Amino acid sequence: MNGIPEPASLLLAALPALAFAGVPLPLLFQRFGRTSAASAAMAVMAACLAVLAPLAAAVLAGQVATFAWAWLPAYGLDLSLRLDGLGLLFCLLILGIGLLVVLYAAWYFPEGDRLGRFFSVLLLFMGAMLGIVLSANLLLLLVFWELTSVSSFLLVAYHGQRNESRVGARMALAVTGGGGLALLAGFLLLGQIAGSYEIPAILENGQRIRAHALYTPMLVLVLLGAFTKSAQFPFHFWLPNAMAAPTPASAYLHSATMVKAGVFLLARLYPALGGTDLWFWMVGGTGALTLAWGAAAALFRNDIKGLLAYSTISHLGLITLLLGLETPLSVIAGIFHIINHAIFKASLFMAAGIIDHECGTRDMRRVNGMFRRMPITATLAIIAAASMAGVPLLNGFLSKEMFFAETVSSPQFVLIGWALPLFATLAGMLAVAYSARFVHDVFFNGEPVDLPREPHEPPRWMRAPVELLVLLCLVVGILPAWSVAPLLEAAAAAALHSPLPDFELALWHGFNRPLLMSLVALAGGVLIYVLRRPLFAWYDELPSVHAGTAFERAHRKLAGGAGRLLATIDNGSLQRYCFLLFCFTLLLGGWAFFSGAASEATIAGHPAEEAAIAALLALLLGCVGATVLHRKRLLALILVSVVGLVVTLTFVRLSAPDLALTQLAVETGTIILMLLILYYLPPTSAPASSAPRLIRDAFIACLAGGAIMLVTLRMLAVPFAPLSGFYLDQALPGGGGTNVVNVILVDFRGFDTLGEITVLAMVALASQALLDRLILRAPDRDADGRPWARDAHPLFLAMLVRPLLPLALAVSVYVFLRGHNLPGGGFVAGLITSVALILQYLANGIAFAQPRLPGKPERWLALGLLLAAGIGVASWPWGRPFLTSTHGELTVPLLGPIGLASAMVFDLGVYVVVVTVALAVLSGLGTLSLRAHRGST
Amino acid sequence: MEALLATAIGALTACGVFLILRARSFPVLLGLTLLSYAVNLFLFASGRLRLNAPPLVQAGATSTDPLPQALVLTAIVIGFGMTAYLAMLALRGLSESGSDRVDCGDDR
Repeated sequence: MNGIPEPASLLLAALPALAFAGVPLPLLFQRFGRTSAASAAMAVMAACLAVLAPLAAAVLAGQVATFAWAWLPAYGLDLSLRLDGLGLLFCLLILGIGLLVVLYAAWYFPEGDRLGRFFSVLLLFMGAMLGIVLSANLLLLLVFWELTSVSSFLLVAYHGQRNESRVGARMALAVTGGGGLALLAGFLLLGQIAGSYEIPAILENGQRIRAHALYTPMLVLVLLGAFTKSAQFPFHFWLPNAMAAPTPASAYLHSATMVKAGVFLLARLYPALGGTDLWFWMVGGTGALTLAWGAAAALFRNDIKGLLAYSTISHLGLITLLLGLETPLSVIAGIFHIINHAIFKASLFMAAGIIDHECGTRDMRRVNGMFRRMPITATLAIIAAASMAGVPLLNGFLSKEMFFAETVSSPQFVLIGWALPLFATLAGMLAVAYSARFVHDVFFNGEPVDLPREPHEPPRWMRAPVELLVLLCLVVGILPAWSVAPLLEAAAAAALHSPLPDFELALWHGFNRPLLMSLVALAGGVLIYVLRRPLFAWYDELPSVHAGTAFERAHRKLAGGAGRLLATIDNGSLQRYCFLLFCFTLLLGGWAFFSGAASEATIAGHPAEEAAIAALLALLLGCVGATVLHRKRLLALILVSVVGLVVTLTFVRLSAPDLALTQLAVETGTIILMLLILYYLPPTSAPASSAPRLIRDAFIACLAGGAIMLVTLRMLAVPFAPLSGFYLDQALPGGGGTNVVNVILVDFRGFDTLGEITVLAMVALASQALLDRLILRAPDRDADGRPWARDAHPLFLAMLVRPLLPLALAVSVYVFLRGHNLPGGGFVAGLITSVALILQYLANGIAFAQPRLPGKPERWLALGLLLAAGIGVASWPWGRPFLTSTHGELTVPLLGPIGLASAMVFDLGVYVVVVTVALAVLSGLGTLSLRAHRGST
Repeated sequence: MEALLATAIGALTACGVFLILRARSFPVLLGLTLLSYAVNLFLFASGRLRLNAPPLVQAGATSTDPLPQALVLTAIVIGFGMTAYLAMLALRGLSESGSDRVDCGDDR
């Protein structure tokens, strides 16, 4: 669309927009009663019809309304809509039958149901259906397609407290949703083949698409989507199970709209995909099979809705077969049958709902003789059923005649020349038979058996929609050229994407072969019904093959198997997870190590120093000792602290003063923390692991250690080009500091650091949550049975530590201030401060320290994060990106010039967070000890 | 020096892995600490070893790669946070289950 959108395209966009905007209305209005909810839903539909009206005139005159709005152009997904004849036909079905269904539903549901939810979901479904038929973009169509699956799930499961509703809804969602996935794959292929996801472009490129190498897989995938949605054999079984839906939903979804989405798609893509042998055999074959299977199965249903569901399957098969026959006239017949089936089947579902409503059951073995009890409803239902059977003067007869005519007149089916008409007649006979059963069993056939209530005519307005639909059956059936022809011609022209062939919609074509077939079908059908008793007896002897139960059983097995597999893998053992994780990492690393290209080792190493050898020995002593003696916990902890010190010294020697400072401070905090929790952990050591387990773990550990050692040696010998040149060059001019590590942390990679202090803050909050109301028993003896000292805190320590605090704080301020230029900074200064404060706790006891220190860690965390993020945001008013820093020099009396950078405020935020986290964690443990002692004394 | 550092990292990894595979919370914490040392040293070593060349901008002086150091610095602090969190988790687990085992089933 270029320039100003025309009114027509705006109206087109308003159509689905109105439907979706109307979704919440029934929920909002249900408080004023169910009539208000129904009125709201009807108002939305009427508004959509009013919007459609001006467009309809133009479309019937042969124009096409379009609307386009770029959504994700990079992926070929645009909000492009298009209304042609086919779309108009479906819009009218969706909105027209929707209105009648809402009117009907308002009377169908029991008094207590307020119906807001039902009507809202119904409107959502309606909007999605409108979206499908209006989409001019394959991907957009798929979005709406899936939305119909989801909303129909909600409608089928409306009575979610009933098991059959849940099972039926789940099955419908699994089958149509699975088909939707196949359809997505098919659409992606189709879009790639055609070079566009726009449907008009695809329809133009039919020649190229059919000649493409990927045509076959693409067609199979697209057909899978269409067949699952339209309940084609062997995916038909979800539809009878979806009959657990409230009958108004069945009348809407399962006769007129959703199940027609599949055949709509076939009709829509027919010009691009049809016209090949593959299309003929797959679409025609599936349609024929479904037609026969559904008709035969319908005859043996005892549930009225079950009969109607299988009949729907059969008629959908008929439509699919017609679309598969690939002649222009057969496509016209298919579209005509879409209209006719929607009309008579919706009225039949509503009639079934009335009978259910009045009798309290839908079992045809019990519901008999209704003609005398509800003559008007019975007359209506009989007319609709006659239309379903293809009795003359009714609309179903016309399209069935066209179908018969196609089977005899199509010249291309030499191979199956006589079989197809015979098959069609047989299917027609079955349709007559099940229609006859419906009419005879329900309305005649003696007296009802053991009904829960006494049936009589339904309320006036509940019957009105049925009356209207049956009237349409008659009008279309008697005056087709006058009533339905313009709409059918527009729709067929759009589906064929070419000029229409000559055809005549008329009741009487003379005495010809199709008429003869119709008569044979009528007579044969009645005969089948007359011979029903031996037939039913034979059917009862058959082994019951029920695709729905098989699916449900397979589904249970799958879910059970998945549960067992999960229970095997995820058995709650951390040891096992860690073991698997290490093994997997080793395998992956080993594979990468041995499969990668070997590079030449060219860097000469540094000669080993004696001090370094001594340090390594100390480290080995520490870590191996801690590992061997890990059951002597205190000793192991002391040995680990030796390792920490050696690591610190390593950083000192290898030119990393910042790391050394940080490691030293963290080391102190960690050891204090471990000592604190050691106090609470059970003093008795666990029994030693079994020998095989020890050997296995030692093996994995040695393998991991050896592998890492090898990788490290390799890495250190290979030359590389560091990124760091930029940082070294830019630290002073760009960041205003000479300590490059600190400048990187607070400036170049400040965003990373902001993330890291956020994680730290989360640790503090999570620790608080974990410690909240935690009561642990304070042990009174240590592991060797010696009682813990209960003395006051030693006076010497207390007196020494108190004057130490201001000194330590002064040091941390100094370290903080110089951090930008010399080793130091927010992290280190924060850790020093926390260690100094924790020392106060240790020396003076929590009872002394806690009241003297600021509480509310969450406020301090927020302050620190706000400082860091705030200084980042502060660069926005200058039009700079987040966390851009600036720096300058300030001359302070006595101290001389001091380099200042805005990044220091960021560093201050880091400092505050680090102090708060360390204090919150350690003082939290301290408070725990206070509670524990109070609890024990 | 390179061989010494590699040996240290290997030994720390081996001990860390072995301890993490133990059944009680305290050895697992110790193992995690050791493994953190190993990982930090490894990351640090990826900048290659330089003596007497701190990453400070000084006239005429060369300096070592500052980037791994910046990464390791935050890793050390985050490691502390993680240890602290796991320690709390161990205590909470002790209070909920009355045992310091790291998992419910397997106790060997």
